[in-house]
Amino acid sequence: MQQGYFTILSNEPLTETVYEMVLSGDTSHITNCGQFVDLRLPEKYLRRPISVCDYNQETLTLIYKVVGQGTEIMAKLPVGTQLDVLTGLGNGYDTSLSGDHPVLVGGGVGVPPMFNLCKKLLSENKKPKVVLGFNTSEEIFLADAFKALGVDVYIATADGSVGTKGFVTDVIKTLDYSYFYSCGPMPMFRAMEQIMTTSGQYSFEERMGCGFGACMGCSIQTRSGYKRVCKDGPVFIREEVFG
Amino acid sequence: MSTKVNLCGIEMDNPVIPASGTFGFGKEFAELYDINCLGTFSFKGTTLDARFGNPTPRIAEFNGGMLNAVGLQNPGVDHVIAHELPEMKQFFHKPVMANISGFSIEEYVKTCEKLDKEEQIGWLEVNISCPNVHGGGMSFGTDPASAKEVTQAVKAVTTKPVIVKLSPNVTDITAIARACEEGGADGVSLINTVLGMRIDLNKKKPLIANKTGGMSGPALLPLAVRMVYQVYEAVSIPIVGMGGVSSAEDIIELMLAGATAVEVGAANLVDPFACKRMIDDLPVVMKKYRIENLKDIIGGAH
Repeated sequence: MQQGYFTILSNEPLTETVYEMVLSGDTSHITNCGQFVDLRLPEKYLRRPISVCDYNQETLTLIYKVVGQGTEIMAKLPVGTQLDVLTGLGNGYDTSLSGDHPVLVGGGVGVPPMFNLCKKLLSENKKPKVVLGFNTSEEIFLADAFKALGVDVYIATADGSVGTKGFVTDVIKTLDYSYFYSCGPMPMFRAMEQIMTTSGQYSFEERMGCGFGACMGCSIQTRSGYKRVCKDGPVFIREEVFG
Repeated sequence: MSTKVNLCGIEMDNPVIPASGTFGFGKEFAELYDINCLGTFSFKGTTLDARFGNPTPRIAEFNGGMLNAVGLQNPGVDHVIAHELPEMKQFFHKPVMANISGFSIEEYVKTCEKLDKEEQIGWLEVNISCPNVHGGGMSFGTDPASAKEVTQAVKAVTTKPVIVKLSPNVTDITAIARACEEGGADGVSLINTVLGMRIDLNKKKPLIANKTGGMSGPALLPLAVRMVYQVYEAVSIPIVGMGGVSSAEDIIELMLAGATAVEVGAANLVDPFACKRMIDDLPVVMKKYRIENLKDIIGGAH
């Protein structure tokens, strides 16, 4: 973990409620895909944990949904704003377990961390495929970016406006995969638990106090005792949590 | 210029103490900086048995701070002695403050008995003021007779200085502080969090699963200053002041009110370097206010 200052290079809407923020700063402490950063925002006491969508040596890309006061403030931050950011938080995904052709499952605002994970798996010469779930066609984002990486992208929309009508599970049932990686809402994880045929990893979301393991605000029960989503997670092996 | 203070017979390089529940057992912070710069730290509230704590969400926010209802999640005293203390020895070389809590007097006593044998522990901070657990915690800290009884029982099983951590959720905190002093407490620490609640406007229900949570953060400083000031006039044992401390200036203010040492809580969670920064700032701020020896200002506002 490191505390540093990042400058907003762009902050644009991708859909009505989902924004992409690109920041410049020292990303050297981000060590794995699936990690998150913790932003200090003007007028807010607690930091806001946001998953890393993508990063390179100089820039950090975050995709976030406006869901409350903190993200409302984020969406209004102008280009050039400097933010105090903790980087390199959380464990991230373990790609060593992926097998040859894992499936990546992102639901709604859980889609962004799949992007950097997908790039990493490709760099390891694996053949990931991506399943993205949204409520409706207007909410779709990042699908083209995944396609540009050259992977197969399957979309499920609850209203059937694009892709398969239904949920990510309706698509996954038809696919062959060696392992799975997922990020999304808890109801999606529960539905996946009914149908997934391999081991896999889920990234959890929880309201956090600190984001780096000090306050015990985000604990969950696992088979090996209580774990902090921020420090021991946010990624947990399927059998750890749902076994 | 000196920042040294003496808390219940133990010399400290400075009065800065990360508060229990905001610093774990130190290791997350030791990865960031050498925590031996601290006066000491108060480790995560420990009970006789392991506790998971409350359901999530446990955290909320307000303009001026945060609320928590963690509910004393901890691995239990035996695990702390077997694992946390030996690990802590690798990176922290000063006497540490052991924060303990319980649900019965017997539990407080057994936990203190076990920790009494541990050389690394300088002080026992006995929490009788946790607002987030039911049937224990704060119920001992809101009644003078119970507060005195817990203090006496704990004092009987330890030779280490006992600092009783008090709740602000009372009509007269000086009555509780006096009861602890009568019970033999070597010091008191105050204030624990203030009981609060937030309601989610979308769900139209309390935001925290436990419904209520303890408020902390900068908004609490004036309350802490007032209570430390009042308790200083009511007892003659040392006071560890806390509540909303975010800067070296806040530390000096609480010391002027009567605190011998100062705990820093919520600030650690938003700025992991908060305590280190305050320690670095202290000499600069002391110079600004023409303070030569920090210990000389304790209770100076009276």
